[in-house]
Amino acid sequence: MSGANKKHGPSRFEVYLSKYWQLYVLLFLPVLYLIVFKYIPMIYVQIAFKKYSIIQSVWEMPWAKNHGMQYFIQAFSNPDFRRALRNTVCLNLLDLVVGFPIPIIFALILNEIVFTKFKKVVQTITYMPHFLSWVIIYGLALQLFAPSTGLINMLITALGGETVPFLNDTTHWVWTYIFLGVWQSFGWNSIVYLAAIAGINSELYEAASVDGAGRFQKMWHITLPGIKPTIVILLIMAIGNIVGSGFDRPFALQNNLVMSWAEVLSTYVYRYGIKGLQFSLTTAVGLFQSVVGVIFLLTANTLSRKLGERGLW
Amino acid sequence: MKVKSTTAKIGDWIFVILCVLISLICVIPMINLLARSLSGTDYLVRHEVYLLPKGLNFEAYKTVLSDPKYIRAFFYTVALTIVSTLVSLFMTTICAYPLIFPQLKGRNFVNVMITITMFFNAGTIPNYLLIQKLGMLDHPIVLVLPYCLSVYNMIIMRSFFYGIPDSLRESAEIDGATFFRILWSIYVPLSKPVMATLALFYAVGRWNGYSDALMYVKKSEYYPLQLLLYNILNNINSVEVATQEGFSTPGLSESLKAAIVMFSTIPILCIYPFLQKYFIHGVMVGAVKE
Repeated sequence: MSGANKKHGPSRFEVYLSKYWQLYVLLFLPVLYLIVFKYIPMIYVQIAFKKYSIIQSVWEMPWAKNHGMQYFIQAFSNPDFRRALRNTVCLNLLDLVVGFPIPIIFALILNEIVFTKFKKVVQTITYMPHFLSWVIIYGLALQLFAPSTGLINMLITALGGETVPFLNDTTHWVWTYIFLGVWQSFGWNSIVYLAAIAGINSELYEAASVDGAGRFQKMWHITLPGIKPTIVILLIMAIGNIVGSGFDRPFALQNNLVMSWAEVLSTYVYRYGIKGLQFSLTTAVGLFQSVVGVIFLLTANTLSRKLGERGLW
Repeated sequence: MKVKSTTAKIGDWIFVILCVLISLICVIPMINLLARSLSGTDYLVRHEVYLLPKGLNFEAYKTVLSDPKYIRAFFYTVALTIVSTLVSLFMTTICAYPLIFPQLKGRNFVNVMITITMFFNAGTIPNYLLIQKLGMLDHPIVLVLPYCLSVYNMIIMRSFFYGIPDSLRESAEIDGATFFRILWSIYVPLSKPVMATLALFYAVGRWNGYSDALMYVKKSEYYPLQLLLYNILNNINSVEVATQEGFSTPGLSESLKAAIVMFSTIPILCIYPFLQKYFIHGVMVGAVKE
């Protein structure tokens, strides 16, 4: 084949390569990165079904008991895991119920501001917390909510109230956790909605004004329907993340006094896996999280399409 | 312009007041922290510090700035942030650019490969075992390489590249420019806004990140500033810290902690407002094209 081609000049493939080889050179490193750092770990996922051993390769490790499901059974019979799962779901649901509407409301408020310079300043200030690390926010919270010397408790006592253990009592800790999450992200998350609002046809508003619609009627009948597709997409993604959990926020904010409500799956995996070296068990937990996440995402997407929305794809 | 009615004007001002209140909620914790870091010990203990420092002094900052441990961690983290931002920008660019060529064979394959990683993540432990196998544990390179290409950021950059007219590229091709040359002389110079945005995202991510260091790095000399800060706030190795810094009174340690938190926040607060005009645009490109 190639011999025949050499006689008749270069093959089509060679012509193609001689033109486009530079693009493949560029793609080489990113593809290598994806293979090494994203796909090889996927091979290691089978450790969830195998008995981990340091000296053997993943392929040689013996299968776990109960048709490989031993570690999943072990996880679900472990009270610490069940507690972490409950906390993950509860904290994420609270985040969804409290934290999801706030950026939308804030974007609506911001959209009503007529002074452009002032609006820019407000945006700069409210996006700022997004750029603080969770360790710094924890440092801020320690100072702000300190039992006797913190600003909030000083105000409460000055007004004649009792000091509130914001960080040391489970119920208060949960609300502090939710509050700090909202505080950090509401400004930043409003950007997407502001972009969506900017895309709404301004003639709609003019027509509504002519018909005598007030400010809130326009918000309700034009702005909200206009950004509904964006809201739905972000809601689907939030639902897909209901058993997922970031590591930085819970780990930075938790302390020993509130662990019964602060331990989530990501920190559980850290403690049992990396600290406790129970690799098979915690790989199983991670796989459970990924699979449930994908299932939730697909379900939410199907539901939203059934209800007549566009969905993710 | 239409003349606004009085009620409409009052309404406008109500929204302004709302925004002022919301902004205050965002800045008061920072102001309080700054006040505490600049206050005298006695005032802190007597619960007199609200939003303005009392007994103004810079002792806490002097302590922080004269401690080689913080200074070293600061410059180490600055270096780490610069290196990983440059590496990440380079990787993101060379990944996004070839994928805008429709005639590239294998483009769909790479796109599918990328999409899968967005939906399925192997998890903490498989990643840890990989790092262990690569022999990168306890080496600073582990804080640069594993997260050097963010698929989300790559999509933002690719959307931006799509926005650059094909005709520019095609006329350069006709003039005989190579694809390397087109990337370097056309795409990179035209992509300053998105480059600035992604540089900010990568830099903030590296500056603020501590979980990878917590998991992969055991030697304390390779701790980035945030992990050091975490340990200080939680009094990990408190005996060692106490003797080194001479925490004699509890009040000093409070204002010292406040000063350390300020110290590790300031770089971000300094660069962030200048990049704002770029990143809002960048975020919108990502949001609209998704």
